[in-house]
Amino acid sequence: MPPAQVYIVRTGIANIASVLAAIRRAGGEPVMTADRTVIDQATALVLPGVGAFSPGMRAIDELGIADVLKARFAAARPTLCICLGMQLLFESSQEAPGIRGLGIVPGTISKFTGNIRIPQLGWNQVQPDPACSLLKPGFAYYANSYRAAQAPAGWASASSTHGEPLIAAIERGPMLACQFHPELSGPWGAQLISRWLTSAGIPAQRAEAIPC
Amino acid sequence: MLIPRIIPCLDVRDGRIVKGVQFANLRDAGDPASRAAIYQDHGADEIVLLDVSATLEGRQAALRTIAAVREALSLPLTVGGGVRTADDAAAMLDAGADKVAVNTAAVNEPALLTRLADRFGCQCIVLALDAALRPTQSSWEVVTRSGKHRTGLDAITWATQAVALGAGEILLTSIDRDGVGSGYDIDLLRAISTAASVPVIASGGASGPDDLVAAIRAGVDAVLAASIFHDGLWTVDSVKRQLAASGIPTRQ
Repeated sequence: MPPAQVYIVRTGIANIASVLAAIRRAGGEPVMTADRTVIDQATALVLPGVGAFSPGMRAIDELGIADVLKARFAAARPTLCICLGMQLLFESSQEAPGIRGLGIVPGTISKFTGNIRIPQLGWNQVQPDPACSLLKPGFAYYANSYRAAQAPAGWASASSTHGEPLIAAIERGPMLACQFHPELSGPWGAQLISRWLTSAGIPAQRAEAIPC
Repeated sequence: MLIPRIIPCLDVRDGRIVKGVQFANLRDAGDPASRAAIYQDHGADEIVLLDVSATLEGRQAALRTIAAVREALSLPLTVGGGVRTADDAAAMLDAGADKVAVNTAAVNEPALLTRLADRFGCQCIVLALDAALRPTQSSWEVVTRSGKHRTGLDAITWATQAVALGAGEILLTSIDRDGVGSGYDIDLLRAISTAASVPVIASGGASGPDDLVAAIRAGVDAVLAASIFHDGLWTVDSVKRQLAASGIPTRQ
């Protein structure tokens, strides 16, 4: 059986080689797309994100895909959002005053404060609440200066701490949005991607076993 | 809470790993992609790949090497060597780097840091800060061109300025200690870690876990080493066990 296609939104602002390689290691075939129908209907879709909130929303607006992304979440189709890709789901961000996010989940993104190093670069905890099924406890790699401080209503979430609490990830059914980078989070991250692919009905390879 | 990162470094020239004493007398020590995979299996938290000859010879880091390492690696990959323009950085990121490190070009033209941060985000931009103790022994100056050129620029001043311009992390190498194995320059690490608001990676001089412990206690966020891992003196997991025994949390 040929590998199942996993579509990656071509926002043009993210370096996505790591995401492509991670999908391949999990047994999928990554395909870049900016097609509205594909973004609406794909069996599995990744919204990657590296960079700033304002260029991220501009890229989505220029592609004209905000409405199909909203429809996709309304239909609970399997979607993985990474880093900025998660932040864009919210209503707004302190990083870009006056710019509206997708508003798929309620809440705003705010900057880290306090006597800590910014950006948060490195490995930090992921602590899922009991309602999570895709997210497991572990350490993940983060690269962010802004974060969601509170979990949105209606979503299961995992938390972490960098000077102050942050939302590490949120999930609802086969929809998963991570502040951290699962594609850079070693075997733990590879297994999370595999569980997400499985939730999308795609048989994922167990690419990397956790060493005993 | 962030835990300290242990970062094996691959010094690469012409697609092969090299590591030398103070950038001279380079000797071959293997294939980058297979070595990176071994480090990943041993529990490395990140990989740094530096094209050590790039700046001197005007070459870009080997993009094919980056792509080969990326395919096997589910860890962050930082690449440096020969980044002169935003397009150089874009080529490395497209090939599979997650972060790019820049030294000489940023010293020559500090605004490059801002252009890079605007285009890729500051979390992608690492200032490679090579520092050497001044002859007076009282402070450190910035060194460029693979350790060849002393700029006279104060290292602490440059670190602070570079962060304000857009650098999201500092890869701090003591040129005096690099490849010597006499331990990191702890005073330098402490000075830059205190002055900079972004994460600092210690580099240059590690001879074993005790040096890594000392660096982490001096306030750095990550420790980089090349020789101790290449030479098989230590593995990442054996180093992490030693760190844990010293009360330093690590990712298992």
